[in-house]
Amino acid sequence: MSRFLPLLAFIALAVLLFVGVRMNAGKDNSAIASPLINKPAPALNLPELVMPESRVRLEDLRGKAYVLNIWGSWCVSCRIEHPVITEMAKSGITVVGYNYKDTPEAARNWLAEFGNPFALIIQDQDGQAALDWGIYGAPETFVIDAGGVIRFKHIGPLTPEIVQEKIHPALEAAP
Amino acid sequence: MMYFNTRALVLLALCFANSALAMEPVDYQSPAEAQRHRALSAELRCVMCQNQSIADSNAPIAHDLRMEVLRLMREGKDDAQIKDYLVARYSEFVLYEPPLRGGNWLFWAGPFVLLAVGGLAVFFIIRRKRADIKAVAENNNEEW
Repeated sequence: MSRFLPLLAFIALAVLLFVGVRMNAGKDNSAIASPLINKPAPALNLPELVMPESRVRLEDLRGKAYVLNIWGSWCVSCRIEHPVITEMAKSGITVVGYNYKDTPEAARNWLAEFGNPFALIIQDQDGQAALDWGIYGAPETFVIDAGGVIRFKHIGPLTPEIVQEKIHPALEAAP
Repeated sequence: MMYFNTRALVLLALCFANSALAMEPVDYQSPAEAQRHRALSAELRCVMCQNQSIADSNAPIAHDLRMEVLRLMREGKDDAQIKDYLVARYSEFVLYEPPLRGGNWLFWAGPFVLLAVGGLAVFFIIRRKRADIKAVAENNNEEW
């Protein structure tokens, strides 16, 4: 029996490592789960991109569920997810753009080139306000319900599957 | 021999490369503030990059977080308050030393549990070997 002890220990270790690898398979390890889910959306007061003289407070959007999409003209993945965002906006979902660490000129050129699916765009040039939201890159996407509570967050480009399986249910669950 | 030395030098350089700070020059109010900012930045994990502290990382978000830490320090927040502030926004991921709660006890206790198991195994193996040697010795005595 004791002759097999090292073998048993080896098998136990192998199973442990195998389970660990399987649990992480297909998971995006760079995506950090947001601690803000089911918490009120942090206050924001930032200029609008298209009309910089007007400022936007997200609290003003209360009463309607919406999607907040963080993007930048420098962000390659944002270009990839852009058709998905456009499709989502066409289907009647209110998508608010959050222009992150960008210059207004570059952002406007980008929108002129690829189209503007956003109902409204706020610009955060230095990324300071983004820290309150736990934003650390682009693209990131939040779903905020009518009561101003964050219901869902996705890190990385959206796909039609994510919109169907996550965004829609989150918006519909929102009161 | 020359080849070996070059390789040793490269390895040595690599050892130090990791500890090079990515921190930008800042007008610190005092050496103590600089010291505290560096120490705190080194304890916070960069959210964008794998296995780098915000002191070590060149990522733009690491820069933003360093500046945020300094801003909070200047607001008079203590280290624990600054860490809580970041955890509330970026989750416990930012802490290199996870707090002792929830399932986290396994991280802290795990190595000691493994050490105890290993120690017991060694103990029993030695005891059995001793018994074997003793038995052999006794057998030998009988034969002689």
